[in-house]
Amino acid sequence: MSEAARKKTYVEDISRDLYDEYNPFTYSYKAERGLTPDIVREISKRKNEPSWMTEFRLQSLDIYYQLDVPPWGPNLDELDIDNIITYVKPPTDMRYSWDDVPEDIKNTFVRLGIPQAEHASLAGVGAQYDSEVVYHSVKESIAKQGVVYLDMESALREYEGLIKEYFMSLVPPSDHKFAALHGAVWSGGSFVYVPPGRHVEIPLQSYFRANAPGAGQFEHTLIIVDEGSYLHFIEGCSAPKYSVNNLHAGCVELFVKEGARLRYSTIENWSKNMFNLNTKRCLVDKNGVIEWVSGSFGSRVSMLYPMSILRGEGAKAEFTGITFAGEGQYLDTGAKVVHAAPYTTSNINSKSISKGGGTAVYRGVVKITERAKHSKSTVSCESLMLDAQSRSDTIPVIDIATDEVDMGHEAKIGRISDAAIFYLMSRGISEEEAKAMIVRGFVEPIAKELPLEYAVEMNNLINLELEGTIG
Amino acid sequence: MGAHFLRIHDLHVQTGDMEILKGLSLTVGQGEVHAIMGPNGAGKSTLANVLMGHPQYEITSGTIEFRGEVINGLKPHERAKAGLFLSFQYPEEIPGITMENFLRTAKSAVTGEQISLLDFHRELQQKMALLNMDGQYAARYLNMGFSGGEKKKSEILQMLVLEPKLAILDETDSGLDVDAVRIVSAGVQKFHTKDNSLIIITHHSRITEDLPVDRVHLLLDGRIVESGGPELVDQVEQYGFAALGS
Repeated sequence: MSEAARKKTYVEDISRDLYDEYNPFTYSYKAERGLTPDIVREISKRKNEPSWMTEFRLQSLDIYYQLDVPPWGPNLDELDIDNIITYVKPPTDMRYSWDDVPEDIKNTFVRLGIPQAEHASLAGVGAQYDSEVVYHSVKESIAKQGVVYLDMESALREYEGLIKEYFMSLVPPSDHKFAALHGAVWSGGSFVYVPPGRHVEIPLQSYFRANAPGAGQFEHTLIIVDEGSYLHFIEGCSAPKYSVNNLHAGCVELFVKEGARLRYSTIENWSKNMFNLNTKRCLVDKNGVIEWVSGSFGSRVSMLYPMSILRGEGAKAEFTGITFAGEGQYLDTGAKVVHAAPYTTSNINSKSISKGGGTAVYRGVVKITERAKHSKSTVSCESLMLDAQSRSDTIPVIDIATDEVDMGHEAKIGRISDAAIFYLMSRGISEEEAKAMIVRGFVEPIAKELPLEYAVEMNNLINLELEGTIG
Repeated sequence: MGAHFLRIHDLHVQTGDMEILKGLSLTVGQGEVHAIMGPNGAGKSTLANVLMGHPQYEITSGTIEFRGEVINGLKPHERAKAGLFLSFQYPEEIPGITMENFLRTAKSAVTGEQISLLDFHRELQQKMALLNMDGQYAARYLNMGFSGGEKKKSEILQMLVLEPKLAILDETDSGLDVDAVRIVSAGVQKFHTKDNSLIIITHHSRITEDLPVDRVHLLLDGRIVESGGPELVDQVEQYGFAALGS
């Protein structure tokens, strides 16, 4: 077989047509580019916030000025924060019925399947468009259980005491530069409170859509699952591609009380001009469980390391993540766990695929404090590179301060195996289908953890196409 | 028609700079069972892989003709569709794909027909029972964590499901205990009809005892140096490869 006759196959980029449809840039108000105390005051004033929140924002801005961009990880030089519009209010107030949402915005969410999913399989939905939540709804049966599901702005009005107690208590603005930025210009997001002893059978979902070019999205998600309760929360995000860079610096703070369980699923499909610098953290009390399921498919640069702090005895963290880095993408993702109490458990299972010169890095920390005797942790990271141009790295940090722990770590980095491709082809399966099978098989353990419609979508995303012809 | 079922003529094959097959010729008629014996490094596995179209091996000259068509340029999956099958010496483990899904996909690909889930499930369970395989293996990932014997049974199962015209068994009997060889042989017998041919590559005589071998070939240093009837197996047993090749 001559070189010329050899067909070249490749895994196609994730088809972005669906996400790339954008609406004309309309707004009722947008902040000037860049970041000044006046802009921050203006955002706070327009939201009619209590003065403590205005102060909180200004203090965060001060910290932001003082902190440097992290010296490690992906290069952020091209992120020109002085040119990011930090606040874009869409030309509508928040609605409780899709019929009241302006046509073009509604159609965006219809294309993304949000109202359909709400109808079919969700207990409540929040939909954010640029800086503000434009739609929020929760099923009556859930509300009757006493479950609170609100956009953050409404939550700040209706549950000011709770918000003041919890807001950015877990991720303080001093945590890093983008946390400080978030504290200064946060807008939108969701608040969930599940009272003790409630089992919320069907998931809640918030969807974040960034439509405005050159803008930032800084939504804040705050979830408290009280003692013995269960909740599954799904977060989805996407944006159309523009030639200018966008920034996403959201913040997620989760509180899992004694004996409670929270499953937090994220499917991130930002466009390739997005800098996704997101901070997520969960505090888990005695015998509580946090389950992170994380799919990172989009963005130009991602830095995302959901952190679990196991502070109660017997607390447990599970992290299941899949990262798919294509051409021009640098996805630096992973998980952090702090074992701060005895008999705590963590399982981290991360997989990544890189292709077309993309870079996928697993970066994680497991810290086991001296108190955390009889704790267990297993970390497994697997990377699959589909071509010689792509890169993959694994940077696991393990810090153990006591002997009485059970720690397992496994990392595998590899290319797609020619022997496996030949084996499948010898059974009548074409080369491209063989590769697709191997890739699908690789992600299968993760795919089955995703909400069903996302699992189906992910399989569709891993499309393969034949390039070139027999010469 | 039997004579030209498979015809390999003066085949030269190299990988990298090394020539492994050095003018190998072999003809297998329809319905015939041929055994190829030879020491390690003679080129037995290379022959099996070249017949299946492994891209690592380059045919520098010679032809492989199968059912009247020269297949030198066909890709592995095209050869499978033409009716060739290779039972691998070291079957791959493929995570994330269940045996049943994989085999149904493969069967569809080979036959070009959609197959009913239920019918296929029933057929697969029957064929697994024939090989003394636990039916639950159908739901396991392809060959993942299978023992050596289970992997070989999995190969024979795939052969029974895909129903090729010519199956090449590369050391299918090696590493198996006596019972496993018997089960595998039973599976192979089930496959063998007057329409289907077999090439059995082995360096043991055990598997050939259970099968109606028509011809035995001795492969040494990239060539068939001697061919004969089943009695050649006994001579190999008695005198060794080296004595017969000289």
